[in-house]
Amino acid sequence: MARDQDSRRRIKNIALALILAAFAALFYLITIVKMSGGGT
Amino acid sequence: MHDRLIALELDPAVADASEVRDYWLLLKPNVMSLVVFSAAAGLYLAPGNLHPLLMAVALLCIAVAAGAAGAINNSYDADIDRMMARTRRRPTATGRIRPDDALAFGVTLACMSVMVMGLALNWVAAAVLALTIAFYVFVYTMWLKRRTPQNIVIGGAAGAFPPIAGWAAVTGDVSLAPIALFLIIFTWTPPHFWALSLDRCEDYARVGVPMLPVVAGADTTRRHILAYTLALLPVSLLPWWLGLASGLYALAALALGAGFVRFALKLSRDRTKRTALRTFRYSIVYLFGIFLTLVLDKGAQAWGLAW
Repeated sequence: MARDQDSRRRIKNIALALILAAFAALFYLITIVKMSGGGT
Repeated sequence: MHDRLIALELDPAVADASEVRDYWLLLKPNVMSLVVFSAAAGLYLAPGNLHPLLMAVALLCIAVAAGAAGAINNSYDADIDRMMARTRRRPTATGRIRPDDALAFGVTLACMSVMVMGLALNWVAAAVLALTIAFYVFVYTMWLKRRTPQNIVIGGAAGAFPPIAGWAAVTGDVSLAPIALFLIIFTWTPPHFWALSLDRCEDYARVGVPMLPVVAGADTTRRHILAYTLALLPVSLLPWWLGLASGLYALAALALGAGFVRFALKLSRDRTKRTALRTFRYSIVYLFGIFLTLVLDKGAQAWGLAW
């Protein structure tokens, strides 16, 4: 039971880390596009 | 609200049984697909060019905003969701996610989607997105849903905003054309949900949600469905009338609308739940058909194939 909980928690933490990394990468790409005049 | 949350307070061990998948389900992915599709149509139909990455970001923001509104709705309605067959498997109804966790998750996503839309696209689109979330949460979920049988008539506006958000992401303003798209979804929503509620009438009655079949009866609901499907015929022609779409679209819209009216007429004679469910399913095909036709029509116009 405790191992199950730990495993679920670890997966949730990894998912959150991936989302945050994707969010940072997204902002980086948006900045590139805006600076190169591709934005509105 | 606070009392409701306390009443739903769960054993921490049970609440910790949540998985990543539960958080995904909290976003109501089925609803999200229709929202994303209509928003994509708004993006595509709007005049102007947008970098593909920014288009993708706009769609992502709209999808996340829709999911956020869904998560907050799940949090607020956890008490009735657990008593309805259609919703009893939702993570907040089963107790896999606590309502206050769902609320925090939803509010965080809502803030992030509006902020990113504003920073990456423009603040008009961000304002439309914020209005969409606020309308769904405050007007529909908290105010109308449990008070009036007109809940989905007025609350349906929340589901009609995405094409406006998509359009505004490209143009930075809101003109008559996206309002026509809004009106199509707004008029389509009541017969769509009433057809479903005819099938799930006992569920709504049990939890005290005053859907039209519960309050006014099935026959009145069937008459309302027919009236709205008839009203949808001229409303669906607005894009053609405003010059957004060609005559090809108008013909397709009339054909799709005639199909919807046919189902509504059949429903008023054949009072089985099976026909109600078939009408509900056709309503989804209808909306996908209308927006797909609008998109294809714009492509045909660009190639000089439409008139």
